[in-house]
Amino acid sequence: MNQLKRILGFVWMIFAPVVIYFLVMGAVHNIDSAGTKDINKPIPWIIIIAIFTPIAVGLMIFGFYSLKGEYDKLPESSEDL
Amino acid sequence: MANPDGKGIGKVIFSSSLGTLIEWYDFYIFGMLAKTISVQFFPEGNETAALLSTLAIFAAGFLVRPFGALVFGRLGDMIGRKSTFLLTLVLMGGSTFLIGLIPGYRSIGMAAPLLVLLLRLVQGLALGGEYGGAATYVAEHSPVNKRGYYTSWIQTTATLGLFVALGVIMMVKSNMSDASFTSEWGGWRYPFWISILLVGVSIYIRLKMSESPLYSKLKKEGKTSINPLKESFGHKANFKMVLLALFGAVMGQGVIWYTGQFYAQSFLENTVKIEFMQNREILLWGIGLATPFFLVFGALSDKIGRKWIMLIGMLLGVIFYRPIFSTFIKDTNVKEWMQVNAADIKTDARAVVKLDTIQNTNNRSIVSHSSQQYSLGDGSGYVENRADTSIVGTDGLLTVHADSKPAYTNKILSASLKWKFIFLIWAMILFVTMAYAPIAAFLVELFPTKIRYTSMSLPYHIGNGVFGGLVPFIATLLSASFVNDPLVGLWYPIGVAALCFVIGALYLTNKIDKNIND
Repeated sequence: MNQLKRILGFVWMIFAPVVIYFLVMGAVHNIDSAGTKDINKPIPWIIIIAIFTPIAVGLMIFGFYSLKGEYDKLPESSEDL
Repeated sequence: MANPDGKGIGKVIFSSSLGTLIEWYDFYIFGMLAKTISVQFFPEGNETAALLSTLAIFAAGFLVRPFGALVFGRLGDMIGRKSTFLLTLVLMGGSTFLIGLIPGYRSIGMAAPLLVLLLRLVQGLALGGEYGGAATYVAEHSPVNKRGYYTSWIQTTATLGLFVALGVIMMVKSNMSDASFTSEWGGWRYPFWISILLVGVSIYIRLKMSESPLYSKLKKEGKTSINPLKESFGHKANFKMVLLALFGAVMGQGVIWYTGQFYAQSFLENTVKIEFMQNREILLWGIGLATPFFLVFGALSDKIGRKWIMLIGMLLGVIFYRPIFSTFIKDTNVKEWMQVNAADIKTDARAVVKLDTIQNTNNRSIVSHSSQQYSLGDGSGYVENRADTSIVGTDGLLTVHADSKPAYTNKILSASLKWKFIFLIWAMILFVTMAYAPIAAFLVELFPTKIRYTSMSLPYHIGNGVFGGLVPFIATLLSASFVNDPLVGLWYPIGVAALCFVIGALYLTNKIDKNIND
């Protein structure tokens, strides 16, 4: 199980920038001054990319910790934190 | 230390839950009355007002809620749970009441949308600070073997807040005409004004409460955190648990919660085109019948652990969302209704709603937009909306092109179909109760007392507010890209819940932390 967690850690690290790439590409394709939907406006995309970038960085860090075996054993009590 | 016999816990739960319920109610009425609010404060054709409207929708939910979690989480860990969640309640209730007092755009111009935006941001901020405080407060009063059960009362508040908001709006709306409801000082403001009464009662009750016993002990011993943000997110050991909580539990719970309670309602109204009041009735029944299961799964989590109940709730969503939403579409096919009820169809006179005349070089087209109400023998009904085109040529000849694809709206389901839809909504909210009921106890047990409020609030509001709140936006995005599949929007909640299920199943432990006094 720990081996699988470590392998998946690599997957999470790759997955995070892929999500951001797709969000940026989604913004480029859908922002349209003639459009009327929310997906055509720049503001929602700016907010979403701004909030998702740190989340994606968090997923990368999660993957990195996983790869390093930080999640092999979870803390038993708050004293371990 | 954490109240081993549960003495006085009923009062603690009641006072905490009531305030949290009111905060959810305040947050929801804005969303539910968005169309009316938009007409009053954000008029079409004004670009600045449109920008402010977009900010009010997106910034309040996505940016400000996590920020509120940080601000109030930090306060809660530094000055105490009680004062902090009292403050969030005052901010939320005050801003809701004030939104109801702002004159419309026609009276005060751009000041109206600006004030609404400002107050909506305060609402988002307050909501970000409320939940963590209430959940922590109840958990820190609960005996070990009932922590899941007692905190599940807090978990019912988000759903009950929606229930109360729906009920109040329906009640006000059913007692007046549409014009009276939507006018500048019309009935849509009543739900905002009612908030001040609810908040007043809740503040009175909360003022009588004492501080959490675990926090009081910590404060007495001088062990409270000086910098909760640094300790929560700057120390690797704690930060990695914040990340695990977010990616292994809360993000999946957020999308399951949002899809079952909001996306379903919007799908039935905008895609399936069920009549407004019947749609709300279906949702109210579904929510009302499923809500007790928050308590059932909360109590069950005390016996068998939190992990698998939450994860099975997510897995059920992953498996059943597409079949359920597909049934919604299949069962409301008007052509099939007409075949089944062919012998018993009654119609009102067709009413012409609008005539559009288009002058071309060689002819003149007149588009007649009309609607007609149909009532079928099994109690169902619908409105057929047609756009028939008459072309008058230069030679005076008239050609009529009947609309081959009329639109069907205001569908009313037969009694049996209505109950089938109520069951399906109930099932989706049951998934919500599984994924959501144990989460407060799960988060509380993950973090130490001195930074608990901060550490649990941020992942909760990112999971619930950002991942959950994005469901409609991403659904629209996917629908615009893949126009042939009306269910394509579901791939976002299904994907996020599936990812969360995998991470949760592999990384989380099912062990209940008996000692949260540390």
